[in-house]
Formats: sequence, C-alpha cells, structure tokens
Amino acid sequence: MPLITLDYWDIAIAALLLLVNAGLSIWMQLGLARDTLIAAARMVVQLGLIGLVLKLLFATVSPWLTALFALAMVLFAGREAMARQERRLAGWWGYGVGTTAMLAAAAIVTIFALTTQVQPDPWYNPRYAIPMLGMILGNTMTGVALGLHTLTSTAVREKAAIEARLALGHPRKAALRHVAAGALRTALMPIVNAMAATGLVALPGMMTGQILSGVDPVEAVKYQTLIMFLIAGGTGFGALTAVLAGAWRITDKRHRLRLDRLAAKRG
Amino acid sequence: MTSDGGPLLTVRGLTRAGIDIPDFDLAAGEAMAVLGPSGSGKSLFLRALADLDENEGDIQLGREARDAMGAPDWRRRVTYVAAESGWWAETVAPHYADWNAAAPLATRLGLTRETGDWQISRLSTGERQRLALVRALIQMPDVLLLDEPTSGLDGETEQAVEEILVERLAGGAAILFSTHDEDQASRLAKRCLRFAGGGKAEIVSCR
Repeated sequence: MPLITLDYWDIAIAALLLLVNAGLSIWMQLGLARDTLIAAARMVVQLGLIGLVLKLLFATVSPWLTALFALAMVLFAGREAMARQERRLAGWWGYGVGTTAMLAAAAIVTIFALTTQVQPDPWYNPRYAIPMLGMILGNTMTGVALGLHTLTSTAVREKAAIEARLALGHPRKAALRHVAAGALRTALMPIVNAMAATGLVALPGMMTGQILSGVDPVEAVKYQTLIMFLIAGGTGFGALTAVLAGAWRITDKRHRLRLDRLAAKRG
Repeated sequence: MTSDGGPLLTVRGLTRAGIDIPDFDLAAGEAMAVLGPSGSGKSLFLRALADLDENEGDIQLGREARDAMGAPDWRRRVTYVAAESGWWAETVAPHYADWNAAAPLATRLGLTRETGDWQISRLSTGERQRLALVRALIQMPDVLLLDEPTSGLDGETEQAVEEILVERLAGGAAILFSTHDEDQASRLAKRCLRFAGGGKAEIVSCR
C-alpha cells in the first residue's frame, strides 16, 4: 500500500479550519484568536525546522549528531518539567533533579529497546532512536514533573504531619513515606490510565501513523505495545528517581525538613 | 538518664537565627518554663533543642553529646511536641506504635479507648493536642519539650495534663514547656526562661 503524499495545498485547506475557529472566537469575543494563531504559527515553524533537521540526521546517520540532538531534547524537556512545578527546588537543583532523572530513565530505556528489541542497523540509527526517544521522553517528562510537583507541594501542605513524625524520632525516610508514595501514584496515574484506555477510547498516535503509512495493523499494534511498555518503564524509573532525589533534597542528614530549599512560590 | 548526679540536659552556646539563649543545665526531675510574648522565640528555641531546625551548640543528654547521636535517636529521647499537632493517617490509632498501650493515658485526659477509631478530621483542636501529647509520652523520653501543652484546654483537662507531667518529673524526666500562664509556670517550675523582644532570653526565678 503506497503512502498517499500530501501537497502544500492540502495543508493550507486544513488550516482553513483554524481560521474558522479564530473567526468564531472574534465573533463570540472569546479572546482566543490571537493565541490560537500564534500557537499555530509556532507549530508550523517548529515542525518545519524539525523536519529539516531530521532529514539531515537520517541522511548522515552520525552517532555524534544523533547524541547531540537527543541531549538537546532532554535539556528542553528538563526546562519544561521545571516550568510545570509550582514549588520547585531552589537553585540548580530545580533544573538538575528532573533533568538528570529524565536523562537517565529515557537514555537507559531507549538504548535497552534499540539494542535488544528493535535492533536497527546501526543500533543508534536516528530514524529509530530519535522518534522512540521522543515518545519515551515526552511521557517521562510528564511523570517527572507531576511527581516533583506533588512531592514539593504536599510537603509544604503537610509540614505539620511530617515534622510531627520527625519530632517523634521517625527517620526522614519514614516521615516522608506517605508524601513520596502519593507523589509517585500521581506521577504514574496518566500512563496507567493511558494503558487501560488505549484501543478503546483512542488509537495511539504512533499506531495511527504507521497504519496511515501502509503498515499492517497487527505489526502496528506490536510496535505500539512495545512503545507503551517502554513508556511505562521510563516514566516509572524517571519519576522514582526524581521523587527520591527530591525527597532527599528537602530533608538533611540531621533528618530535618528543609522547606527553605524550595524556591519562593511564583505568581 | 544520669545516675551520677550530673545534669540530665546540658545546653552550651546554643545559637540559631532569631534567638539568643544563655547556657543552662536541667536536672532530672526539673521543669523549666519558657515565657514571653507570641513570636518572641519560644518555639524557635524548643525546635532548636530538638534539632528540627539548623542550629549550633554543645548540647548533651547526660554524658552523651547530641552531635554524636543520630538525630532520630536524639529526638526519641528529647521529644518536641508542637503547639499545632500534625497527623498523617486518617484515624487516630495508626499514629501510635500500639494504641492499646496509649489508651490508658488518653483515658486520663478525658478520651476513651474508642478514640482510636475516630477520624482525625473530626477531632477538636483540644482533642488533637491531648492525643499528640500522649503520642510523645508513651515513648518515655528523658526530656520533654512542650510547646504550649495546655493552651486551649479547659481547667479540668489542664489539671490532668499537669498531674501527668508531675508524675514524669518524679520518674526522673526533665521538662521544658512554653506557656502564657504565669501561674502554671510557677506551679510546675522554679526557674523560667523569659524571652524579651528581639529573641533575647534570660533565666529568672518564676515569680
């Protein structure tokens, strides 16, 4: 089954839908028109650039360029994860904990998948490595951000409970256990829900993409299942690392709760 | 606990941001009241002794230095009970290693054995305060650091708390407690640590 290619006119026609939306927004005075159009313009520019970069990457198949691109993705994800936290760790820790956790989790899971299950030639072939890293990283980022956000905001809210335990002589691990467990549950909720609903409520984007490009549905399902396992593994590993490191950082070796190590609340 | 007649608690050079504390000793069986207006540093002082905030000082329990002891061990023996109690489970009993062992003490403070099944969210402030005190008392610490232990309790329960504290003193414990009630201070203690403005404190005789 050949891929039906789109020409630029097809895309322009689809963009009309957006203009209709913007027109409705102006007519109903929703104030969304400007934001919608700017977001759409950003999307077009960003995707266009990424398309060109990927084309270059796929043409060269260089391990160094691939690694550099992957690192840039992780660094952007780190910034995004930090921005999603209301009470983040002060100083470099705010960026470092989430980013390091994501780097470790996404790198390990992606390399594991590339070297043992998918096995492209060479194993770092960017045509496989970059899209897979992207999917794993995107979900791991959500997990890490949710986990850290829940950890710090709960610690602030539950200060009295945590300090009551510390004052009774409970070690910091025990005193923060219910907070850290809650943060991990929150972090993993989206991926658990996604696995439960996949196929019933929505067809996953990657599977849909493969089917549209002519792949046999059963093969597409196998790929999607593999990816979901990788995503779940990456999210769990990343969130666990980030939450444990965060819990370590908001306490000290004399088992004190150190909320002074959180940055001031924004906005 | 010391058997050689030396002080139970020795405090030298205790410094933390916001307060200025003179050196003092506390003997087994001795209580000292901590007085001063709200925000003058009473809680900061008690928290520093429990090592719950960053502080420095040469603090000893008997002959053992605080810094040579793990912080959880220190706090089991020198236990701080905050004015605002904290709870981490939904009902009362899971906050105690053994609620059955805690129930007799709770009963003396006007609660019952069934209190163990109560929801934390439905407890009054006074009930929480008494239950938090019981939580610390059943661990049998050597030194109790009590932040306004009877504020908000009625006269009868206040008296019951004081009776239990006097028993603990007779048993060889030492107690530091903050209060706004000068009468309570002189009932339980001979010496008072009085905070003035600016976090500066001095030791005076109560009344």
